[in-house]
Amino acid sequence: MAEFKEDVSIVLGGAAGQGVQTVEGILTHALKESGYHVYANKEYMSRVRGGINTTEIRVSSRRVRAFVKRIDILVPFKQGVLTWVRDRLSENTVILGERENVEDEFLEKVNLVEVPLTKMATKVGSQLYLNTIAAGVIVGLFHGDFKAVEEYLRRRFGAKGENVVQKNLEAAKKGYELGVKLCEEGTIAVEVQKDESVKDEVLLTGTEVAGIGALAGGMNFLSFYPMSPSTGVSTFAAQHAEEFEIIVEQVEDEISAINMALGAWYAGARAMVSTSGGGFALMSEALSLAGMAENPVVIHLAQRPGPATGLPTRTMQGDLNLVLYAGHGDFPRIILAPGSLEEAFYLTAEAFNLADRYQVPVIILTDQYFVDTYYNLPAPDVGKVKFERHIVEAKPGYRRYELTEDGISPRAVPGYGEDVVVANGNEHDEWGDITEEAEMTRRMQEKRAIKKLKTVRRNAPLPKLVGEENAKYLVVAWGSTLHVIEEALDKLGRDDVALLHFSWVYPLNPKTKKFFEGKIVIAVENNITGQFADLLKKELGVEVHHRVLKHDGRPFSVEEVLDALKGVVE
Amino acid sequence: MNAPTLPTGREAFEPKRPTSKDVAWCPGCGNFGIRNILISALAELGLKPSQVAIISGIGQAAKMPHYINANGYHTLHGRAIPIATGVKAANPKLTVIAEGGDGDMYAEGGNHLLHAIRRNPDITVLIHDNQIYGLTKGQASPTTMVGMKTPTQPWGVFEEPFNPVALAVALNASFVARTFMGYFKESVEIIKKAIQHKGLAIVDILHPCVSFNKVNTYAWYREHTYWMDDHDPYDREAAFKRAIETDPLPLGIFYINKKPTFEENVSAYRRDKRPLWQREPKLDLVERFFESKKL
Ligand SMILES: Cc1ncc(C[n+]2csc(CCOP(=O)(O)OP(=O)(O)O)c2C)c(N)n1
Ligand code: SF4
Repeated sequence: MAEFKEDVSIVLGGAAGQGVQTVEGILTHALKESGYHVYANKEYMSRVRGGINTTEIRVSSRRVRAFVKRIDILVPFKQGVLTWVRDRLSENTVILGERENVEDEFLEKVNLVEVPLTKMATKVGSQLYLNTIAAGVIVGLFHGDFKAVEEYLRRRFGAKGENVVQKNLEAAKKGYELGVKLCEEGTIAVEVQKDESVKDEVLLTGTEVAGIGALAGGMNFLSFYPMSPSTGVSTFAAQHAEEFEIIVEQVEDEISAINMALGAWYAGARAMVSTSGGGFALMSEALSLAGMAENPVVIHLAQRPGPATGLPTRTMQGDLNLVLYAGHGDFPRIILAPGSLEEAFYLTAEAFNLADRYQVPVIILTDQYFVDTYYNLPAPDVGKVKFERHIVEAKPGYRRYELTEDGISPRAVPGYGEDVVVANGNEHDEWGDITEEAEMTRRMQEKRAIKKLKTVRRNAPLPKLVGEENAKYLVVAWGSTLHVIEEALDKLGRDDVALLHFSWVYPLNPKTKKFFEGKIVIAVENNITGQFADLLKKELGVEVHHRVLKHDGRPFSVEEVLDALKGVVE
Repeated sequence: MNAPTLPTGREAFEPKRPTSKDVAWCPGCGNFGIRNILISALAELGLKPSQVAIISGIGQAAKMPHYINANGYHTLHGRAIPIATGVKAANPKLTVIAEGGDGDMYAEGGNHLLHAIRRNPDITVLIHDNQIYGLTKGQASPTTMVGMKTPTQPWGVFEEPFNPVALAVALNASFVARTFMGYFKESVEIIKKAIQHKGLAIVDILHPCVSFNKVNTYAWYREHTYWMDDHDPYDREAAFKRAIETDPLPLGIFYINKKPTFEENVSAYRRDKRPLWQREPKLDLVERFFESKKL
């Protein structure tokens, strides 16, 4: 008998187009509604049909938010899945499914629980119901709330007519009964406590929080050119455009996307572009324009491995240097990288205030792992979102680039006030007209690259410390690796190891240095060189002693981080 | 303190800022004429500087925002059109003009022009077409005539010149015209109509570059152009026939096609007419979104 307690990791694998997403949808919703903590993440190939895509779903009695390598229950929808996840299988893994989807070489080694999914589906009426049956089996194993499955199926298939709903319900029910039976027979035992408060929580993805965060920040214009894995945010915005009365436009290329956003900001809109590294590369010209013209802009960049087209559907934290150095000449920018979904919501909203206040590009770095992650969480507190407008009236004599002590010139927008607003990507005087004067050039360079940057830097928030202040070891991370490292540290269980997580990545407040004093510093990054570790050295003079790096296009798992840390701290 | 009253009419658009009178155009250049034409057109339409936004790319032509008193944004080579589109979309109450040279709009910005025609924002695109690159000192542009020798095409240009008018008509653009800046009154009228036209208006403005183009001079343009007196701009086929004439070049409005603009197509202004800068986040809808994610 196979027994699973407290925290079960279920992986479903099949070809693109085989409906793994449907099962993922049913399971996460129904299990969350049943009172279980859930987490899900997928990995998929860059193709529309075929190949192998998998989804990991963790079901737990405690909050879970991180990817684990371990597979407790594997549901393969085709041959090849076991080979694809070979290094994640153990003797405890249960394969739930059909014999023909398991390659011969595994038969001896794995724990196969045969369920005749295809036969059951054909009985219901068609092969198409295979996914729904599989989902039903798993919910059954947990003795989940079948009403939740029903609700979800109604919402998902309602538009296709009552017949489709009924058929799916029948399929889910058959599966559910089988799942319950497997437990009763003692084939599989699952013991995960429910937490009633989960039912009141929300289930969100990284894509959704970035999108809704932008809307909460007052985003009213989004221009984009599709590129994985950023497209989801643009799709989200497009689907909410009517309701929120905003403009969402798919344009001819990334160059146009960001320039349009710059124009919109110049006229006072709160505009965003959503892209990936390859698209951002095309935007660097306009980034310089934003720097010189002090034109605010918000850029969401969902990272994937590069260079060039790299791995379109996989993950990496490899674009930090790109956003740090993109554009020519010196000008300030702000780089944010949320670690949790809550943080992504508040930070994305705040990005618009920051762009408005400092008149700089604000770049939000996520990655494929982050945008495709979802889990349950208490609904973010919308009341905590502040809306700040930093627009002044263009009174007679208005100077767009007035020299000020803190490097920030009051920004007016055309049409508000009697006077005119002249912005310029050439070096300019205070009025915005072209200048080639040495003294004015010097002062304007200083205003942007020194004074303004100083102001931003001084106001930059500090990173989050998880653990003891006087821990001997300090693990440093940024962006999407937060939860994986948190869980690994939890498992490590040593109070001499703490985590310092940066979601405000650049520029760094000089006070940040104090966290590093006397520590053995370990950077954990999902890229090949340790781009953030290098930044720490450059910005703060901080020495990173160990780098734990991963660069195969996959996210870190809890186990990997745990093993790596053990290797360093013991 | 009462704000000083600002001038009106032509005077309102005359340059006023400390360095805006220091004009970088060569003496005798056609750009001066285009500025005069533009100022007259804006003044005759009864506009105020604060209602007008001139978005330019890069080049000698693109320096216009500095020599006119209006809102202005001197941006990047080739990018005036997407930026102007963003400006108009964010505040449809503004009169938005995208301005640049033939290199700016047809070479570096070519792709944006094509897609602006499809998108149809209500902006006016003025192309100072001197058939040469001015600011970078005399290289061939997409409209340079075959055979012209330049420092970078010493063998003589062999590429077929770009025909912006035929291209725009072929793509079913909303408003297409060509003029020569040497004809002041006619040019003012065309630009006024272009600005008043609802939708993307493209005006190719021929103008001599006295420093680098020794072929297409003031006299050459007069001799090699004619006004279309008997042309119906609502007839697309006729417009296309005229558009492919090369010598003499027809002047006037080739084509008008009334269709919905980008700003009319987006849902942002269906109920709410306020420009985007006056709007606040709809936090109640954000709240409702989270509510829907509980199920
Ligand atoms: C990205 C980029 N490439 C090249 C240039 C150099 N450049 C400046 S103006 C110009 C061409 C100008 O020609 P045109 O647009 O016809 O304007 P004109 O100066 O003739 O008015 C070029 C190539 C630039 N500023 N930016
Ligand atoms: S280079 Fe030619 S187009 Fe430019 S200002 Fe001089 S004469 Fe005019």
